[in-house]
Amino acid sequence: MRPFDYVRATAPDDAALVSGQIIAGGTNLLDLMKIQVMAPETLVDITRIDGLSDITTEGDGLRIGALVTNTALAQDARVRAGWPLLSRAILAGASAQIRNKATTGGNLLQRTRCPYFYDTSQPCNKRRPGDGCAAKGGEGRMLALFGTSEHCLAAHPSDMAVALTALRAEVEIRTPHGDLRRIPVQQLYHAPSDRPDRDTVLEAGDLITAVILPAPLVGSRQGYRKVRDRASYAFALVSVAGSIQMEGDMISRAHLAYGSVAPHPWTDGAVAKMLEGQKASDALFARVADALVPDRAPHPDTEYKRRLLRRTFIATLRQLTGLADTSGTDIARTQS
Amino acid sequence: MKTTLTVNGTQHEVGHDPRRTLLDTLRDDLGLTGTKKGCDHGQCGACTVLLNGERVNSCLCLTAMHDGDEITTIEGIGAPERLSALQRAFVERDGFQCGYCTPGQIMSATAMLKEIAEGSPSYVSDDLDAPKLSDGEMAERMSGNLCRCSAYPLIREAIAMAAEVKE
Repeated sequence: MRPFDYVRATAPDDAALVSGQIIAGGTNLLDLMKIQVMAPETLVDITRIDGLSDITTEGDGLRIGALVTNTALAQDARVRAGWPLLSRAILAGASAQIRNKATTGGNLLQRTRCPYFYDTSQPCNKRRPGDGCAAKGGEGRMLALFGTSEHCLAAHPSDMAVALTALRAEVEIRTPHGDLRRIPVQQLYHAPSDRPDRDTVLEAGDLITAVILPAPLVGSRQGYRKVRDRASYAFALVSVAGSIQMEGDMISRAHLAYGSVAPHPWTDGAVAKMLEGQKASDALFARVADALVPDRAPHPDTEYKRRLLRRTFIATLRQLTGLADTSGTDIARTQS
Repeated sequence: MKTTLTVNGTQHEVGHDPRRTLLDTLRDDLGLTGTKKGCDHGQCGACTVLLNGERVNSCLCLTAMHDGDEITTIEGIGAPERLSALQRAFVERDGFQCGYCTPGQIMSATAMLKEIAEGSPSYVSDDLDAPKLSDGEMAERMSGNLCRCSAYPLIREAIAMAAEVKE
């Protein structure tokens, strides 16, 4: 690691937050600092700031402090009962050791795992603006299908953020002036455009203070289906998060999000429109999958993701709408 | 800078560069070399210790961030003349070949058995509210600990054996 000054913040208005690099769980940041992909001059430890480590009820929803660990969030009894999709998605990611350290805010801010971002001998626009993109002519089976640009093809690796997007969660951000604002999780992220080095809309000194979970769809079936190279402790190739509400055999509400296919959790409003008000059927799901999946992949190595996304989408919908057996580990019905 | 840690019940004040990881503090400053450095990137689990009772990768902890915290290492859960149930089971079931990953496996399994007893779910738990120890649960819950000799079946046998002793 490059040398840095270590500062411990004790309040959310600590001046150091404006100029320093924030660290909480550190499971991704320290990894990147060791290989000098990130080399902050000042590291600001926010883990001693009071009031950011609790999960509290807010109306029919939950307010999750930014420092709540992935483990604590996944095993919270309220989350298990009302938002099992979130528990499943968190437990699908990382290892128990990492989840014990990783925080809610930090998970949202984790960087891509594109190998060229990690390899400092290769050009990467996300690491250094204007550097070029080695992934374009390189190996790319982990890259994105949607939302890419000529400057960056990288995918966002989080499982938790995909679940939060499907659950319509919001991120609470504290500005350096002390104002609190809330934005949908998806709006936290920039599309890569011409500045892929800027992952999020956060400005210097902005602090994620909480994630707000609204009430779940009443009686919804929720599921998180993750496809990866090995059974555990691997990033998703494709994932689908869904919360589906049915009236008889008709789909009344369909909240869906897709992981590891875009620079941020991906959603497609047209999919919900095509599903809602329709009777669940294989013919319907095949038609909607045609609309969801792009005609071609931005990199030859991700061609396979088109078929994988299609199949994962259909399999998830079949389970969430009762066309397929729901036994197993991916699907749970909310108790509300 | 200076940081105070309680390691295996004994308080230590260590002076260090801010870059020091907990793993390097344990091994190089305190001489507790039972905790191993494998990948140094949180991928292999050889450096697993208990931090305030929970398992973490000590290679991904900055010592500076843990002032006042309690650490338990493999040296703290047993010694040759008084092995823990898990340590005995690993010896009896031959739960290793080269042994390099073993301290991390045992620390991780120590926490894992406690997590199951407390009802903490995993990705493969059919019921999020009532996880039960099984071979599949052990494989999932121990996935943060790699064994390049691939002694996994015997590691799981050892953990199952220790779990029975505890019950």
